[in-house]
Amino acid sequence: MNFTLHIWRQKNSNIQGEFVTYRIDNIDEDTSFLEMLDQLNEQLIAQDQDCIVFDYDCREGICGACSLVINGYPHGDKKATTTCQLYMRDYKHQTELWVEPWRAKSFPVIKDLTVDRSSFDSIIQSGGYVSVHTGSAPEANALLVDKHSADEAFNSATCIGCGACVAVCPNASATLFVAAKITHLSLLPQGKIEEKARAQKMLNQMQSEGFGSCSNHRHCERVCPKGISVSNITKMNQVLGWT
Amino acid sequence: MSNFYANEPTGPLEDRWEKHLFNLSLIAPQNRKNHKVIVVGTGLAGASLCATLGEAGYQVSSFCFQDSPRRAHSIAAQGGINATKDYQNDGDSVWRLFYDTIKGGDFRARESNVYRLAELSGNIIDQAVAQGVPFAREYSGYLANRSFGGTQVSRTFYARGQTGQQLLLGAYQAHSRQLENDNVTHQSRAEMLELIMVDNKARGIVVRDLVSGEISAHTADCVVLCTGGYSNAFYLSTNAKGCNTSATWRAYKQGAYFANPSFTQIHPTCVPPTGENQSKLTLMSESLRNDGRIWAPKNSADCAKNPADIKEEDRDYFLERMYPAFANLVPRDVASRAVKHICDKGHGVGSKIHGQRLGVYLDFSAIIEKLGLEAVAEKYGNLFDMYQSITGEDPYQTPMKIYPAPHYTMGGLWVDYNLMTTIEGLFAGGEANFSDHGANRLGASALMQGLADGYFVLPKTIANYLAKSVLTDVDDTHPQVIQSLKTVKDRIHQLMNAPAPKHSPEYYHQKLGKILWEACGMSREAERLNRAIDEIAELEMHFWKNIKVTGVDKDLNQTLERAGRVADFIELGKLMCQDALMREESCGAHARVEYLSESGEAKRDDDDFSFVGAWEYRSEQPMLHKEQLNYEFIEPTVRNYK
Ligand SMILES: Cc1cc2nc3c(=O)[nH]c(=O)nc-3n(C[C@H](O)[C@H](O)[C@H](O)COP(=O)(O)OP(=O)(O)OC[C@H]3O[C@@H](n4cnc5c(N)ncnc54)[C@H](O)[C@@H]3O)c2cc1C
Ligand code: SF4
Ligand code: FES
Repeated sequence: MNFTLHIWRQKNSNIQGEFVTYRIDNIDEDTSFLEMLDQLNEQLIAQDQDCIVFDYDCREGICGACSLVINGYPHGDKKATTTCQLYMRDYKHQTELWVEPWRAKSFPVIKDLTVDRSSFDSIIQSGGYVSVHTGSAPEANALLVDKHSADEAFNSATCIGCGACVAVCPNASATLFVAAKITHLSLLPQGKIEEKARAQKMLNQMQSEGFGSCSNHRHCERVCPKGISVSNITKMNQVLGWT
Repeated sequence: MSNFYANEPTGPLEDRWEKHLFNLSLIAPQNRKNHKVIVVGTGLAGASLCATLGEAGYQVSSFCFQDSPRRAHSIAAQGGINATKDYQNDGDSVWRLFYDTIKGGDFRARESNVYRLAELSGNIIDQAVAQGVPFAREYSGYLANRSFGGTQVSRTFYARGQTGQQLLLGAYQAHSRQLENDNVTHQSRAEMLELIMVDNKARGIVVRDLVSGEISAHTADCVVLCTGGYSNAFYLSTNAKGCNTSATWRAYKQGAYFANPSFTQIHPTCVPPTGENQSKLTLMSESLRNDGRIWAPKNSADCAKNPADIKEEDRDYFLERMYPAFANLVPRDVASRAVKHICDKGHGVGSKIHGQRLGVYLDFSAIIEKLGLEAVAEKYGNLFDMYQSITGEDPYQTPMKIYPAPHYTMGGLWVDYNLMTTIEGLFAGGEANFSDHGANRLGASALMQGLADGYFVLPKTIANYLAKSVLTDVDDTHPQVIQSLKTVKDRIHQLMNAPAPKHSPEYYHQKLGKILWEACGMSREAERLNRAIDEIAELEMHFWKNIKVTGVDKDLNQTLERAGRVADFIELGKLMCQDALMREESCGAHARVEYLSESGEAKRDDDDFSFVGAWEYRSEQPMLHKEQLNYEFIEPTVRNYK
């Protein structure tokens, strides 16, 4: 397969970026999207050019590093998938591809397709944990958790912190990300005790990092690679006493 | 100069850690803030260590190369974590986990360390549950368990197929909680490129800021490396793309011994490779072997057929046939070798690569029939989805295809009972050290070891070191610091300005991977290893002459990052082959063709090779030191899973 790629190139956060067009030929359909970009980078090295920078690590959909907007969709238009889990067979009929970084005020572009998501770390640092003293914990089975709550908590806890929800949101809000953590911890007895203070701290931090607030567009749950649902936001609102 | 002494306590095994703890020096709470510890790597081992040291009141600086500590490779662990809670009342005990781990490692690990690991395992689960790690539970509300590769008891705790993710997020959150406290700092997108030594002690590191390209020195009272494993030496592996040996290799070149570098684990259940441009291989969790049945066609003529068209009597469930007692649950090394054996004999399935079909079936039809689709989906849903998205095939309908791939490295920096390397003040935890798994690691034991090191062992042994050491003041103007900065800058200059730039880092990495996979992979042989050592030496020479890095160094430059890592992998690759050549026996994952029985079983040689091979860097030839292993409590036996 052959593709025409329009890729966002930007030297750093202070310089305006632009789309640059490349061509890549003879791509096998079992090649992953990122492997296709690897091959393009090999071409660029052969031509003495600086490579296109993009984030990745695990390449199996769990670390949350990869982050591309492809033809307008964060992580591509395939449902419940990260960018690294896209294969070129998924793009058989779309041979012209536009590839951009996450765009949000709180995720400044570092270079090309790479953005700075440290604002997510700051939100977790503000209160996204159980305040247990590390090193002293009671016997695990002393605290029973009903299976349903444990399963639901797990579903919320699977958020990989990728930031697609922010990238797609018209308000560039991080509410889904924040709500997933609040819900995960609130559903468990261990996290229940501090739930309200935690939720307030995390939301305050989200605002001070410059993320917008939620106005129920619900685009976030559609692009979330882990299927985190907006019911997490409802739960968060309950915790905050907003409903 | 070096401290090559295991420091094992003596006396009854059950009392050793407790006695040792009592003998370790402590630091009073008000004095802890005067001690600074650098932790490189914030995966399970590093993050848990930072959380614990921060909680105790030490000054901690941590570093990782990803854009957030939450993305460390530990996040990818799927199947679970072992602990001897014996919740299932199936006869598990500390002793049994200890015994299983020693035996699984084919009698090449230190008894005291392994016993301690088994002892501490239960507490890890307590810690994780208190943090809110959502482990799988029974309807009663109690924690659930499953049995996992190579054991006959159910001692594995899990969070669907994402146990590593949940444990890492627990440790990351505990670490994040400490970052609110001024004593603890963390820098992401930062790569350690050199270890700073002062008076023969580890006193700091040189770090490259991966965004700006800035090189800086950081000093401390001691340094801990929790930088993970080196399976990526093989190029294609199940590890995340960024996993590297650079931190441990810098330490080796500064005098830390590297132990058992050839002990690398090849995992039996991975998605088979499909082509030349593949960048990584994906693991399908071992837990699948609990319910899936592995088979290959009895007749080579059936190999290209649709599996549905192969009659039941024409299927060879070869693990069940060869190992009736453990069947599909034999340890990884045994399973991997059997799969290779079957494919080498021409019974492999899947597409042909270099004229050979590299794959066997992992079939779920029996369990789906028994439990129903829904129950199977609940257990393995995310793994099945992952398989389908990679291959385009639906494992609910047609059996998966699997083939072994490099996965885990038992080898690593040599450490004593305190997890200190042969360099004073340099500690190593998690996959970066060699400590507990001998020649082969059992499933669900790496998470356990990383967290035992980070939450429970290192915090105590580091305090002891800090309490006992008299350290001179070292700041950024120290000549040794200036020298280390210069070494790093010179090396980057060399990478950026090769005399005849021609090939990318990927080019060399792929070449190295191919050599290692053939010579030092699932089966090894003297003649091939000797040849590989020469080939790697030649590759190294070409690399420094022809490496081509585009862009500039004072910038985010992933080509430069890769070049540096590949340069270290090349050197390590040579040592892996030298170690494999030296070890004239087969044990665990190390299978020397000359020392296998007719049926492919490892022939261990306890008289001559019951030692840890620890290599010291020398500019001409590495020098081997042997740590003799003394089995006081378990009699080494032939590892038999029949
Ligand atoms: C796909 C897969 C599945 C697995 N499943 C299981 C399982 O079910 N059960 C189990 O017990 N084990 C499993 N394992 C093994 C286990 O996940 C790892 O051994 C373990 O997580 C390693 O943890 P760690 O903390 O030692 O290192 P890692 O998690 O690899 O962390 C390394 C850290 O070091 C940092 N780092 C590395 N080099 C540098 C440098 N030069 N400078 C700065 N920072 C650096 C990284 O940024 C990272 O923070 C699995 C492994 C794989 C590949
Ligand atoms: S909620 Fe979904 S989209 Fe948002 S960060 Fe988490 S995984 Fe990514
Ligand atoms: S690279 Fe890890 S989720 Fe995509």
